[in-house]
Amino acid sequence: MRATTDLDGLGLDDGGHLLVQRALEPLPPGGRLTVTGRHPALRVHLTAWCREHGHRLAADTETSAATGSDVPVEIIKGTAGERRWHDAQRAGTAQGPPDQNADPRWGLAARGALVEAGGPPIGAEWTEREHVWADIAPRLYAAAAASQWDPATAVNWTATLDVPDEIDRAVVQLMTYLVENEQAALIIPARLLSQLHPHFREVMQLLATQAADEARHVEVFTRRGLLSGGLLGTSSAGGRASLQTLLAEPDFTTASFLLSVLGEGTFLDLLRFIHEHAPDPVTADVTRLALRDEARHVAFGVSHTAHLVTTDKSYLGVLRQSVERRHAALQDTAGLNSEVFDSLVLLAAGSWEPAAIRRGWQAVRRLQHQMDEGRRRRLAYIGFPDDEAAELSALHTRNFM
Amino acid sequence: MTGSVSVQSSVSRQGLVLGAVAYDPKVVTIWDGFRAWLRGPGGLDFDYVLYSNYERQVEDLVAGRVDVAWNSPLAWVRARRLATARGVTLTPVTMRDTDRDLRSVVAVRADSPVGSLTDLRGRTVGTGAVDSPQSTLLPLSLLRAAGLRPTARGGGADVQVRRFDIGVGLHGDHIGGERDAARALFGADPVDAACVIDSNLLLFAREGVLPSGSVRVLAQTPPYDHCTMTAGPSADDTLTKRFGELLLGMDYGDQDLRPLLDLEGLTQWLPPRLEGYAQLERAVDEAGFYDAEGTIRASDYRP
Repeated sequence: MRATTDLDGLGLDDGGHLLVQRALEPLPPGGRLTVTGRHPALRVHLTAWCREHGHRLAADTETSAATGSDVPVEIIKGTAGERRWHDAQRAGTAQGPPDQNADPRWGLAARGALVEAGGPPIGAEWTEREHVWADIAPRLYAAAAASQWDPATAVNWTATLDVPDEIDRAVVQLMTYLVENEQAALIIPARLLSQLHPHFREVMQLLATQAADEARHVEVFTRRGLLSGGLLGTSSAGGRASLQTLLAEPDFTTASFLLSVLGEGTFLDLLRFIHEHAPDPVTADVTRLALRDEARHVAFGVSHTAHLVTTDKSYLGVLRQSVERRHAALQDTAGLNSEVFDSLVLLAAGSWEPAAIRRGWQAVRRLQHQMDEGRRRRLAYIGFPDDEAAELSALHTRNFM
Repeated sequence: MTGSVSVQSSVSRQGLVLGAVAYDPKVVTIWDGFRAWLRGPGGLDFDYVLYSNYERQVEDLVAGRVDVAWNSPLAWVRARRLATARGVTLTPVTMRDTDRDLRSVVAVRADSPVGSLTDLRGRTVGTGAVDSPQSTLLPLSLLRAAGLRPTARGGGADVQVRRFDIGVGLHGDHIGGERDAARALFGADPVDAACVIDSNLLLFAREGVLPSGSVRVLAQTPPYDHCTMTAGPSADDTLTKRFGELLLGMDYGDQDLRPLLDLEGLTQWLPPRLEGYAQLERAVDEAGFYDAEGTIRASDYRP
């Protein structure tokens, strides 16, 4: 098989090799390409380039001492290109769905790319689709990407606070508590992300937006906490102990289950509660914005956990154990910071009047009831029988998250 | 100075020990990788040692302190001379596909009035290190063939040689001297011509050291061959044969070997051939670099 290409005045020092490569591409090894051109160093350059790429110059061409390019140069295609790619394979299909098992040897290659064999395998821990996937992940990622908001402009930071000092202290305490929870909720998807095979692209993207969401939440809750000019509130040892058990969760699904299904699920009610009783527009804004993001996190956690349980019913046992394990680990801790609980009551009460406090207390009791109902509903969706869902919901940490 | 090479009986050892010159840190990666492959899938009792320069490697090869040596073309020339003088047999084993039919070029600025080699009379030529076959010994031989008398030290010279002695002892494996020679075409007090190997002419153009269209190739050497794997007197024949077979069998399609072959700059090992070194043998004689017995005679060579 023969081909020709004319480089005109182009040299290999100016991109001419692209034309040579293009002309060689369709030829089989051993095929011949005649190169013509006017660049004065064409022959010298081609000789060196061919040697480096495993091609040969035809014998009559090779022995010619002419330095110019008047005589066409004939290249015999070598085998190196074919040998390099002969055992390459596609890393699944770009559009998805992702493969059942992501090959660690695909490494960081784009899903659907033709992957040259060799190179270091990726050290990702999660390579099985069912253990990370949910069919809703691509849609959730698209929604997340479309819903990113700017903390600087999404909240009206200049709105008048006009909040009694003691109510404001309650808000500051709640913000302090929210920040430490959001920090845990940022670190967990980031950690899952680092061990996820990038073949599960949409999950990777979704976790990245989730971490970015939490970064914004940390920012706006901190900013609201400092808005009235005072110091932040307290952080209890028991609350931090509760959160830290989430960081230690080794499995993708149980981490996602404990954080997003039970923790963030419970937080939906909490954020809605603070939003409804917000004494100022800034508090209302920051909780509304966070609530919208958290709903996506919960949706992924629930869908993924349900997806895995559909393929492996016995996984319900693993999930149950993770709740029991966490409960046992936290048995001797106080759980929720009492100042957080009291702040919720005061926030809902709006004043220190005994009748108002009673209303506040009852509102928080209703909140706890709603939280429990929400958890049971999600647990039932995942596949737990109602009685077991009730039992597990009751074992959930007193710290909400 | 290193003329008194004594041929000693080789130390009793098993397997095959190769000498290679550490001209770049990648040499460790390459030979560690080859060692693992040769010993693993290859099943060959193989090890390697590294040298800081080719002269000691060649002396050790001929003395039987290493069994095979990954020789530069100049190292082959010296090894052959030392071995012949001492009645010792060397066996070429393999060479890379990229070691065949190289050419060096003499390049001038595109707008230079120099139109032929003889026009260089009275002018200055930049070369690589004193021991670089491709950018010093061979191109200067080309100048001599054109009737010129190039030298770095005056004394009857009609072409002044400005040498860029980087990596002396590495026989031109270090690219620095050659790059500086090319750069000197355009520096302050520029040289009139620079000697580089064809592949570096292209490389320097792509690096921007010699921008496209900035130079013209005045002349080029006939084709010559480069490195060669050489077995010395201590190498066991069976092991040497097996070593050669294993190298020749290295497949560029093998994903474990390919990165090593890429680093070493080849796509396949080929059987050796010796006719490609005649040009360098002549150049060495003309320059008085080694004598017929392989003694170093170049007075300004300090590897």
